[in-house]
Parts: sequence; structure tokens; C-alpha cells
Amino acid sequence: MFTFPPELIKEPIIYNLGRQFEVVPNIRRADVSENKGWVVLELEGEEKEIERGIAWVMAKGVRVDPVVGDIVEG
Amino acid sequence: MSYATSLRCRKCGREYSLKPLSLCDFCLSPVDVIYDYKSMAAAVSRDKITRGPRTMWRYGDMLPVEGEPVDIGSGLTPLLKADNLGWEIGLDQLYIKNDCVNPTYSFKDRPVSVAVTKAQEFGFGVVACASTGNLAASVAAHAAKVDIKAYVFVPSNVESSKLIGIAIYDPVLVTVDGSYDDVNRVCAAVSQKYEWGFININLRPYYAEGSKTLGYEVAEQLGWHAPDCVVAPAASGLLFTRIWKGLEELSMLGLIEPVNTHMYLTQAAGSSPIVNAFKAGSLHVHPVVPDTIARSIAIGNPADGNYALRVARQSGGGACAVTDEESIAGMKLLARTEGIFAEVAGGVVIAGLKKLAASGTIERNQRTVAFITGAGPRTQETVSDIVRPIVIQASLESFEEALGARV
Repeated sequence: MFTFPPELIKEPIIYNLGRQFEVVPNIRRADVSENKGWVVLELEGEEKEIERGIAWVMAKGVRVDPVVGDIVEG
Repeated sequence: MSYATSLRCRKCGREYSLKPLSLCDFCLSPVDVIYDYKSMAAAVSRDKITRGPRTMWRYGDMLPVEGEPVDIGSGLTPLLKADNLGWEIGLDQLYIKNDCVNPTYSFKDRPVSVAVTKAQEFGFGVVACASTGNLAASVAAHAAKVDIKAYVFVPSNVESSKLIGIAIYDPVLVTVDGSYDDVNRVCAAVSQKYEWGFININLRPYYAEGSKTLGYEVAEQLGWHAPDCVVAPAASGLLFTRIWKGLEELSMLGLIEPVNTHMYLTQAAGSSPIVNAFKAGSLHVHPVVPDTIARSIAIGNPADGNYALRVARQSGGGACAVTDEESIAGMKLLARTEGIFAEVAGGVVIAGLKKLAASGTIERNQRTVAFITGAGPRTQETVSDIVRPIVIQASLESFEEALGARV
């Protein structure tokens, strides 16, 4: 799940992720408003390339979480 | 026998057979176990339950397992009338559900008992989990009981005292260097690569059901009545939603009257994404980076957050966050008034309960149950400052000199 802060709402980050890296984003659910947005998506590609892509997205300021939620429990 | 019929996606309603599954293949939302309640209702009765085992498995007909459960004696924990604490905070009908006294000292034994039973049914030779303490101990203990391998992943900064409480059951204990998010990501990758029974991933729909027994038990212990108010901690939100589901199911099965329980969830202020959403009137729980000493409930991206939020709203309940200082004070208050040493998460519940009572949100005469879900010794370093002994020499004179008129 990607969570976008307000300053990144206008940036085509998912489009650029698909162009700059060998990954195919496949959006399943999303809710984006002018203030904040979240997108649940699947990324297809080589594991290394997905990792590079996620690192780039995170460096842009997007929060990236596993869609299953936090796995580490108490 | 089980009355479970299928798994169903909470978002899009798509159905799946009863198999290991973490999320709906289509919309990547959580899936829930669906039951044939008509047949279940014909099979269960108050009398049958009362005559059942003195563990959570007295409710076996209402859980999604087929054969003999993996049972280390979990559940049917005390529900104590807490008059001393109630007097201090202004509640006349306060009860404490003390789930500290489960075999591995937390409520996790309930969901793990169901999950490991399902792991056996599905033929998994390995079970696994990622945890900062309670879940890991419970998974390792249940795996030991049935002699299957357990892999437990623990962040490397977890206190060594907690590791002992896990390692004693002889799992494969893996400590992971890196941030909390790093540990999450590596465990997600491991779960995708290896065909293991990952307790809170591909066994999660079944794991979740074990926590319903907390709701069942409280109603049975109150003479087959639902409480007016519930105050419980929320981490992933699963426990909170399952207490509610347990009460609702009892009502649906005709074992209790229609439920009118107000559900209040409590979180530590340093990790309170569900409370934030409740207060903001939002429908979506936005993840946060946890920063609290209440580590057993420090989940920044709660898998069931949206559903816990819905239960709090629909039940006419609420959500309350407390600081770490308030949580420690809550731990001490519970121990001082009721003789129960809870972990920090229990302090979060008591501190939240105190706020809710002080504000009049929970009224003095409402029958209220506070859920204490883990025992104190696992987090005792958080209150190490309380040890201030009076030091004397081995003589009566020294004793009387030190204490003097205080005796």
C-alpha cells in the first residue's frame, strides 16, 4: 500500500515507477483526495527491480506498507 | 465438526474454499471465515457449553476446526469484579477479564490455538510468525505441543528477557536487524517464498476466530449477558473486532439477548492510528510510525484498523489514546487496587478506562468489562524504578531503627 502526503498528490509517481523500473503496477483499490491518498497495488517484476522501485518511491516521500498490514505483532 | 463453510472477502464479497489464504486475490482485502449459523444454532446450547471443557474449546462448535484441537489449556480465564479499582475511578459495576493467566501469559494463546490446529489440518510441517514477544511465545509453545517446527522472527532490539520466554519452547529463533518496517518487509518476503503456515498471514482468517472466545466467555461469565461497555486494547484491531463478533454471534445463536454493548478501544498515543482516524471522523486508518513503550500493541499499520474503527462507531463506543506515563500509572493502579500485574498494554487499557469514566463517557452504573490481555513480567523493565527496598542489617534493632514508628 502506498500512502501519499499532500505535496505528492499531483505527481504521477506510479506512472514514473512503471517507466523508470522494470515493474508493472496493477492498482486494486485506491482513495485519493486533494489532502491525502492511498493506493493498494500489486507490483510485478523481478524481485531486485521491485526492491529498487520501492526504494525510489520511498525516497520520494511515499509511505510503503505491506498490504497484509504490519506482520510483526506483540 | 465445524460449521465453517467458506472464506469471504470483506470488501468485494468474493468467496473462497477453506484454505490457507491471507487476502482476496482480486481486491487484496482481508477474508473472513463464514459459517452455517442455522446448523450451528441447532447444535449449541448454554447447557452444552457449560458442560464442555474448562478451556476455550468449550466453544469448539463455534470455531472453524474439524478434529481435535491443539490445546495447551487456553481460555476460561477469570472475570473478576473489580470493586477497588471501580471505587477509585468511579464505576460501580467494573469487571476485569484477566487474560494474563493463559499458558504463555497472554490472550494470544486463543487465536494461536486455532491457527496451529488449522496448520495441522492443512498439513503444514512448519509454522511461523513475526513478533516482539507474546505471539512468538505462544506459537512456539503450541508448535512444541504437536512437535512441529516453528520459526519465529523477532526484531533484534527486543529485550533478552523476552527472548528467554520464547526460546524455552525450542523454536528456530531468528532475530532481524533493521527498523520495524524492515522486519515487516523481510517477513512478508519470507511468507511469500516458503510454504509455511504463517500464523498471522495465510492462517490469519482462522487465527482471528480464536479471539472471539473472549467475547463468548465474558457473556457466559456475566450469566449469559453482554456487558454495557467493553474497553480493550487495539493493535492490529483484530482482538477488538473479534470480541464484538463473539458477542454478536452469541446473540445470533439465541444464547444471549440482542447486544447493545458500547465498544471502546484504547491505544498508546505514540501508536494510535485508529484513535486518530476516529477523532478525525475518517473512514480510513492512515499508518503511523510507532513510538511507544507499549510494544505489544505498537502497530503502525493495523491490518484490521478500518474494521475496528467501524465497530467503535457502530456500537456507539469510542477510541481513546493515552501517553506512556499514563500507561505506567495505569499498570501501577491495577496492581495496587486489584493485585493484577499487567503488561504495559494493560496499563493503556486502565488509563483509557480512567479517562472514559472521568469524562462521564462511561457512566457509573454501566456494567463495564476491561480486557487485560498480557502479563506484566514480560515488560517488567518498564517499571523497574518501583524497586526501592528498605535495607537493614540482620538484626531486630536494625529493622526497628529503619522503620521506626512506621510499623
